[in-house]
Amino acid sequence: MAPHDLRRPFKRAAISDQQRRRELSLQRQAQHRRDAQHQARCLASFLNPHSDPDPEPEPETTPEPEPEPTDSPKELDVRHASKLKGAEARKWFARQLMLPEWMIDVPDQLPQDWYVFARPAGKRCFVVSSNGTTVSRLRNGSMLHHFPSALPSGARTKDSSGSAQSYSILDCIFHESDQTYYVIDMVCWREYSLYDCTAEFRFFWLSSKLAETGACDPPSQYHRYRFSPVPVYNCDQAGLSAAYTGAVPYVKDGLLFYNKHAHYQTGNTPLALVWKDENCSQYVIDTDSKGQVPSQQQVVLELQDNGNLSTSDDPPVVFGCLDQAFIEQTESRSGNLLRFAIGDGGLNFVDGKLEKADLHYLGKSNRARAFADSYSKVG
Amino acid sequence: MALEITQFLLSAQSPDANVRTEAEANLTRFQEQNLPSFLLSLSVELANDEKPIESRRLAGIVLKNSLDAKDAVRKEHLVQKWMEIDISIKSQIKDLLLRTLGSAATEARHTSAQVIAKIASIEIPKKQWPELIASLLTNMTHQDRPPSLKQATLETLGYVCEEISHEDLVQDEVNSVLTAVVQGMNLAEHSPEVRLAATKALYNALDFAQTNFENDMERSYIMKMVCETAISKEVEIRQVAFECLVSIASTYYEKLEPYMQALFELTSNAVKGDEEAVALQAIEFWSSICDEEIELQEYENPESGDSEPPNSHFIEKALSSLVPMLLETLLKQEEDQDQDDSIWNLSMAGGTCLGLVARTVGDAIVPLVMPFIEANISKQDWHCREAATYAFGSILEGPTIDKLTPLVHAGLDFMLKAMKDENNHVRDTTAWTLGRIFELLHCPASGFSVISSENIRQVLSVLMESINDTPNVAEKVCGAIYYLAQGYEDTVPSSSLLTPFLTEIITYLIRTADRTDGGDSKLRSSAYETLNEVIRCSTVAETSRIIEHLLPVIMNKLEQTLQLQIVSTDDREKQGDLQASLCGVLQVIIQKLSSTDETKHIILQEADKIMTLFLRVFACRSSTVHEEAMLAIGALAYACGPNFENYMREFYPYLEMGLQNFEEYQVCSITVGVVGDICRALDDKVLQFCDGIMKHLLNDLGSNELHRSVKPPIFSCFGDIALAIGEHFERYVSYAVTAMQQASQICAQIDVNDEEFMEYGNQLRRSIFEAYSGILQGFKNSKPEVMSPYAPHLLQFIELVFLDRQRDESVTKAAVAVMGDLADALGPNTKLLFRNCAFYIEFLGECLQSDDEQLKETATWTQGMIGRVMVS
Repeated sequence: MAPHDLRRPFKRAAISDQQRRRELSLQRQAQHRRDAQHQARCLASFLNPHSDPDPEPEPETTPEPEPEPTDSPKELDVRHASKLKGAEARKWFARQLMLPEWMIDVPDQLPQDWYVFARPAGKRCFVVSSNGTTVSRLRNGSMLHHFPSALPSGARTKDSSGSAQSYSILDCIFHESDQTYYVIDMVCWREYSLYDCTAEFRFFWLSSKLAETGACDPPSQYHRYRFSPVPVYNCDQAGLSAAYTGAVPYVKDGLLFYNKHAHYQTGNTPLALVWKDENCSQYVIDTDSKGQVPSQQQVVLELQDNGNLSTSDDPPVVFGCLDQAFIEQTESRSGNLLRFAIGDGGLNFVDGKLEKADLHYLGKSNRARAFADSYSKVG
Repeated sequence: MALEITQFLLSAQSPDANVRTEAEANLTRFQEQNLPSFLLSLSVELANDEKPIESRRLAGIVLKNSLDAKDAVRKEHLVQKWMEIDISIKSQIKDLLLRTLGSAATEARHTSAQVIAKIASIEIPKKQWPELIASLLTNMTHQDRPPSLKQATLETLGYVCEEISHEDLVQDEVNSVLTAVVQGMNLAEHSPEVRLAATKALYNALDFAQTNFENDMERSYIMKMVCETAISKEVEIRQVAFECLVSIASTYYEKLEPYMQALFELTSNAVKGDEEAVALQAIEFWSSICDEEIELQEYENPESGDSEPPNSHFIEKALSSLVPMLLETLLKQEEDQDQDDSIWNLSMAGGTCLGLVARTVGDAIVPLVMPFIEANISKQDWHCREAATYAFGSILEGPTIDKLTPLVHAGLDFMLKAMKDENNHVRDTTAWTLGRIFELLHCPASGFSVISSENIRQVLSVLMESINDTPNVAEKVCGAIYYLAQGYEDTVPSSSLLTPFLTEIITYLIRTADRTDGGDSKLRSSAYETLNEVIRCSTVAETSRIIEHLLPVIMNKLEQTLQLQIVSTDDREKQGDLQASLCGVLQVIIQKLSSTDETKHIILQEADKIMTLFLRVFACRSSTVHEEAMLAIGALAYACGPNFENYMREFYPYLEMGLQNFEEYQVCSITVGVVGDICRALDDKVLQFCDGIMKHLLNDLGSNELHRSVKPPIFSCFGDIALAIGEHFERYVSYAVTAMQQASQICAQIDVNDEEFMEYGNQLRRSIFEAYSGILQGFKNSKPEVMSPYAPHLLQFIELVFLDRQRDESVTKAAVAVMGDLADALGPNTKLLFRNCAFYIEFLGECLQSDDEQLKETATWTQGMIGRVMVS
């Protein structure tokens, strides 16, 4: 009924920050809700490291690559790792593979909670496709191949699907005789981080995604090596039998057991296990560089500051201790990997704990090695 | 039936509180015991010319309040009560009211007109008062009826038209009503009182006249009468006639073309020579035209420039005459106009309109204004200098950056010097203009800025000096700093030119906030709000030390507010305002420092003390919670994570209080958001508080009193709770999902033509999906089967949303995600469901083709999840 107020707050517009504060709060809450739900969906991505309540420790050695102003500072980690070159890349990748422990006993709930598959013999490596090229890196971080592939952004083709930024990381074993990368796990796919996803999800994703790209096709100009998934079975009677005796196009190197609920964890984990015997592997025990089986079991241990010799487990298991004179004599330094033979004294246990080991120094380990052996391998 | 209530009505206005209270109680009892008799008694009182005007006035007010209320729920209740009253009593009341229109007492006539309109709004749409219009028209057509009755009748017609739609009457009646009103404006036939009443009635009836404005002849007749009335002898009538023109400008913009020449002359004469009240309306006419054309430009087709309705470009066509007319008004400032916020005069209206014209036509305004600025900016008379500056500040939004940049570069030095002008108004307007320059022409992230590393030092030294000027100027300087800081918002995290000066800026702002000469608290709150923006837009890596030092300063200030002597409610209000500002600053600091892992520890170290302060701020009030403190606590909970549990026991009562605050729904809404923050911070440790929280949330949902905007956040909050407590949500699930299902029914009934309600519907849909997502994911690993019975309803709801072609993208995302959650959580159990819901394939297909990467990602994931179910 009353005519509207003429006054318009043109010159007198009060600064109203309160509404802005409310809106920013709502935005923040909505973002966190999205993050939490994404995480629940296993879509948690490295793009939002703050959403991860238990973030993996970032490798301290990851340096900033050449600055890219368009990138948000949050997009560290995997995205940058996919662009690392040279020594930096070696250091980073050397720490990223999930390594199985030796199967010493049968886990509870094996049939329900575990997968099994026959491990291809060959070179374990990470395959990274991004920016129109594909690089494979061995366990110690050194480069194996640099090649075009049909993986997402893996080659400079005109019709490359997805943005050039997109990248993928696969956990593979390169099998020499048929020049094939057998994909045993998927860590990132088209920028999706799968680190925090269960093995169940990763394997499902792997099987549904890989074929789509044409990466399983025979080699061609823009696709130098063939990729192939490996058949994965539930750990029931039939599955075990299939993995153990079933025919595969590759040479078997033992059986790998993956816990279905485990996330991709770097380093040694008891949620991935390896089993070897003469039926399923030709490499039941170590061979030397000439392929000869050494007369004594050998072990590679890492020399610590205090002279202790330890395994790569976390926490490390101490096998013995070197005195200062010996360290100086062999010019060893803390962090060196040293190779020992286990003598006739073997390993002595007291109350289930290792008390002493009969070690004989053989020399420094092969420089290409990045890790000491794990306790489960030696035991 | 009617009782004598004069004495009660008079006593209810007694200065003696006891008498008053008792009389009010008696009236209320009467109302409750026998509403029909009560209303009839009031009407009798109102109609009786022998009763004192005081009792009649109150009778009218009580009567009106018995039929109408602002609150929609209460109004509905009152309408219901009225309709239940016996028809014969209602007739008596209506007769009495109509008779009162002829009363000798002006006030009684006026009140009666209002009450009649309220009854008409209830009964006319239901065809229950068919004789009303005829009886009102009779009053107008009979020559012998006194002018006072005609005046009251016109007023009634205007109010009735405002209350009802023209569709509630047959077109003949609509036409007769408008004819009666417009004829009432006729100079030859009626007294000034009747003509004024008729013009006001037309103002109220403009929406009602929709059909008549479609008809060329009728429209032209109405326009002719309005234009004639706009040059009446009586200033009050002229003013109302111009108010009609303003309203017509926005309601019937697309019909104005034939009249624009006449209207330009009419308004131009009024601006130049009429009384201020009329001239202000004349300027407002052009401002309204600008509003319309700006809005049309926003919706127009970017290629063809077409819009619906078509843009007539009136401003562009009138530009060369309009701009000089407006520039003239700028010279008509008043002394002291900047000291009093309630002043509104010709120069302020003119500058405002000039700003709107600039936004309407862009570059074309610049050459028309620049000569005026150049001619006046250095003149002896402060009016000229201020007008020139105001003109410059007014045209900074609209023209292109390219057009403005050279002008602003050339003018910046001048502006900085003018901050030392001898005249306060000139300094005030200069500071405002600097603020506009920084707001509009300082955007380093987009690659343009008038600020460079060469001039920043000079700019800041002028601003720091002028922030000590009189309060009105200091406040504008705060505004300038606010926008200067805001320019660096999107350049974060790279360095900001402000970083080296940050300590100094903060010091000055705090000193300004501490000033005691501000009169009211406006300067202080401007200073704190500016401080917030300065902190928010700073580069945390470079400034964390400075902000770290600011934290105890602000905490200390908040502590001091707790010691203020509180005697009056005024004191209490001032304390609350000050606490609001300081909690606001703390919120911004908490958010800034907890945004990086390197600085988060600063907040964690102080968290105990900060939280204690917030709790004491809450304790300052007995019945309400402090909104700003609640907002800040949300930020603190996020920063603290699981450690926030330590504060929960003490904080919980306030959380409950906030969730029950229906009246200040913003507080309730913020508290709901904080519940979400706490769930994410505490995870399953929030469980011990969930019974209470869920009870209040469910109550809130069921309340008709609570503003509807709080309801969607409550559903989202269900999702937050479920995700945090997982399987323990089972005890709430039937209540929560029932509420969600009911809300999804509401979504299905939303009127697609009601834009505001559509937006609400989108929020509701999105939040219901978020709730399902949280609940499904929460149960996934333990008890997914709990959700099985609800799956079919959810899928139906998703399908309904899918079928809505106008659905919002954010709703689509939430819908696709929840489908994946359903498959993910319930696994093979959903196989049959999905098999029977072919729509999901089409839905996913649509999403996978979207340009939105996030949507594609989610759809891919959902596809995988459903795929896994289908092959299981």
